[in-house]
Amino acid sequence: MNTLVQAPPHAAAATGKSAAHPFMNPYLAGFLLGLVLLATYVVTGRGLGATAGFAALATGLASLDGAEHLQTSVVHLKYWNDGAPLLNWTLFLLVGALIGAAISGWQANRFSFSIERGPNITDRQRLMLAFVGGFIAACGAKLAKGCTSGQALTGSSVLNVSGLLFLGAVFLAGFVVAQVARKEWL
Amino acid sequence: MFPLSNFHEFTLGAELAIALVLGVGFGFALERAGFGSARKLTAVFYLYDMAVVKVMFTAVVTTLVGLALLSGVGMFDMSAIYLEPTNWTAQIVGGLLFGAGFVVGGYCPGTSMAAIATGRKDGMLFALGMLAGVWAYAEFTPGLDDWYKATASGVITLPDATGIAIGWWALVFVATLAFAAWGMARLERRFAHLNPQP
Repeated sequence: MNTLVQAPPHAAAATGKSAAHPFMNPYLAGFLLGLVLLATYVVTGRGLGATAGFAALATGLASLDGAEHLQTSVVHLKYWNDGAPLLNWTLFLLVGALIGAAISGWQANRFSFSIERGPNITDRQRLMLAFVGGFIAACGAKLAKGCTSGQALTGSSVLNVSGLLFLGAVFLAGFVVAQVARKEWL
Repeated sequence: MFPLSNFHEFTLGAELAIALVLGVGFGFALERAGFGSARKLTAVFYLYDMAVVKVMFTAVVTTLVGLALLSGVGMFDMSAIYLEPTNWTAQIVGGLLFGAGFVVGGYCPGTSMAAIATGRKDGMLFALGMLAGVWAYAEFTPGLDDWYKATASGVITLPDATGIAIGWWALVFVATLAFAAWGMARLERRFAHLNPQP
């Protein structure tokens, strides 16, 4: 059985809790996301990004082991920010995203402690795959200098070939790997 | 006139406050779209729910048209924006890896924030995997950054490469989106039976 069962309206009425609202029309949501990205360009001259926030946090955590340890990696040094790796623009963007999503989810009754998966795998398997997938996605994003936000969305919207190329590769691999991973989702 | 950062020196505090505000909009839009759900996100690869493409494509077109208009009337300086140089190998190999991680993990870095904010435990695990991944990259393969720079082809944009101005490209993208919207509606009907929770 699925962990995340969408409660039918009558069940919701019975428990006294209101059901999750339906998602916004995707074209309208896309327009909204586009306005945010446009505002980001207009104010800062660069687009959105999510992976760099993780990288800054990783460097912040690695520095707990002593700052001299970071000297061996140019990647760590890039995010060291003179000893304040957590005062990073993209990390604040991530924290903001967490807050914005929480506001949206709360308003639409979509908060629920649950695990997203298809009906044919266990919660435990899904959690392991989520971690492994996150690790692989991180390696890909670091190598390509961006993720769905920093390369695909931000790059494509200004017709940067690197972003369009990345976007194409993501969907190509996505469709192929999805056939192997049918059991996880279908 | 814009980008503002070109004409105005923001203090660190102001910069971080701007990041936080833009982040709130970013996260809000992602959650509204349903991107806090891994099943909604991965559905695009089984073609029964094309929301990922609809949202991303519309966002790209919105920003592209907005920037084309603003730069067209001289309010925005396109040459002032930061553009990542293209490295064919890095974007292709990195994109393939990322696509695999996206399907297996169920999220991408930004959408995992929307998942965590709405209580998805798998979103939390994905984010921890991300953190481990970027840490491992910095610890074990920092040399790849130098390799990227050494082998990059420089900044390439479609208008530069083709000589066709951004305004025309914006029109092409709008037309493609309209055609794709029609095609995606057909795909969703054709593959609706794959949805495990219709």
